[in-house]
Amino acid sequence: MDDVYSRAGSRADPPYLVADYVGTRIRAPQRPLILIPQTLSEITGPVYGHSDVLPEEADLTKQHAGEPLGERIIVKGRVLDEAGRPVPNSLVEIWQCNAAGRYRHVVDQHEAPLDPNFTGAGRCVTDADGNYHFVSIKPGAYPWRNHPNAWRPAHIHLSLFGPSFLTRLVTQMYFPGDPLFRFDPIFNSVPDPKARERMICRFDLEATRPEWALAYHFDIVLRGSRATPLDADHA
Amino acid sequence: MPERTPSQTVGPYLHIGLTQGAYGAREIFGANLADAGPSGRHIRIEGRVYDGEGKVVPDAVLEIWQADDQGRYAHPADGRPLASNSFRGFGRCPTDKDGVFAFATVKPGSVPGPAGAAQAPHINVGLFSRGLLKRLFTRIYFEGEPANAADPVLALVPADRRRTLLAKADPGNPGLFRFDLYLQGANETVFFDA
Ligand SMILES: [Fe+2]
Repeated sequence: MDDVYSRAGSRADPPYLVADYVGTRIRAPQRPLILIPQTLSEITGPVYGHSDVLPEEADLTKQHAGEPLGERIIVKGRVLDEAGRPVPNSLVEIWQCNAAGRYRHVVDQHEAPLDPNFTGAGRCVTDADGNYHFVSIKPGAYPWRNHPNAWRPAHIHLSLFGPSFLTRLVTQMYFPGDPLFRFDPIFNSVPDPKARERMICRFDLEATRPEWALAYHFDIVLRGSRATPLDADHA
Repeated sequence: MPERTPSQTVGPYLHIGLTQGAYGAREIFGANLADAGPSGRHIRIEGRVYDGEGKVVPDAVLEIWQADDQGRYAHPADGRPLASNSFRGFGRCPTDKDGVFAFATVKPGSVPGPAGAAQAPHINVGLFSRGLLKRLFTRIYFEGEPANAADPVLALVPADRRRTLLAKADPGNPGLFRFDLYLQGANETVFFDA
């Protein structure tokens, strides 16, 4: 059975074991992965449409009685596949810390204040052209215990589905010019510097809302199918 | 042509974004795939996740994707009509402080495989956690299933490692299957690259 989804693009991904990221040492599998064909089980995947998501879930600044502190931002972009085709009707889930670098999570003990008006979770579904759009506040940098004086560059976690179980992606979006990039083993786990840059959003002056919020643009490229069934029929 | 966005870890705070139920928020997915009463044998799959030091992994999330009891996927690439809309085939469950996850679902049927061969009943599994820079991908098969012998994917796994992919029926609890995952070590679970 021929592959439906390309395999070559996965060279953009980090390996499982990255010694500088200490957590990988006891969680990365040690045996080689077993290569399997792409069967009906892999080329299908969960279908979730607009009816599963509420419009207000895309605005992380409107989930509480008051507004969260911090720099209000718009985060938007397109979800595409490797052939440049938009990925429509696809669920995008995001989570992040607050402006002070603190997550609303029991495990996060960073001595920075919680914000009663900020949970840090959002979701939306891409439109027919693959566009997504969130309103949030800019997350802060935060320390972690990977090595002495370790800090994560500011980032937003993103989770995407795409059309099959093989297109599933969880990644992090970073902000331009962060001085912490060179010290972060998670950002640098991606071996190719050009691929690392694809995790950095760009400031988008056009999309800012004057006197209200700055905007950042971030396109996400999922694993692509080599051909749509229709293309294959006519090949 | 655009190039792929690399994978990054879910980190330790994944619950905020992926399993919000613990925060009182509305969840789209959960660990019960069978609450709408789909046809088929209702089963429960329970297990634990272990790291390379033999400790339980309390901060992973598992996602499963499976066919219905007739072996049909609720997805357009599977052209066969579904019995109803009551089974969507996708579930998500975080591990708890003891590394335990549990799904309620129905036992999938045999699924069409490459070149007309049938695949034995199986559940596709994705696992994410802190310390994993990209998803781990495996399958749950059922111990004692006669179709396992002819399964084209199991056939690719060295015979001495196939047991890591077999859920075992719990003799004391009808309908309960146990499936543990080992990220490293002598019992390391077989993980796939598709
Ligand atoms: Fe984070």
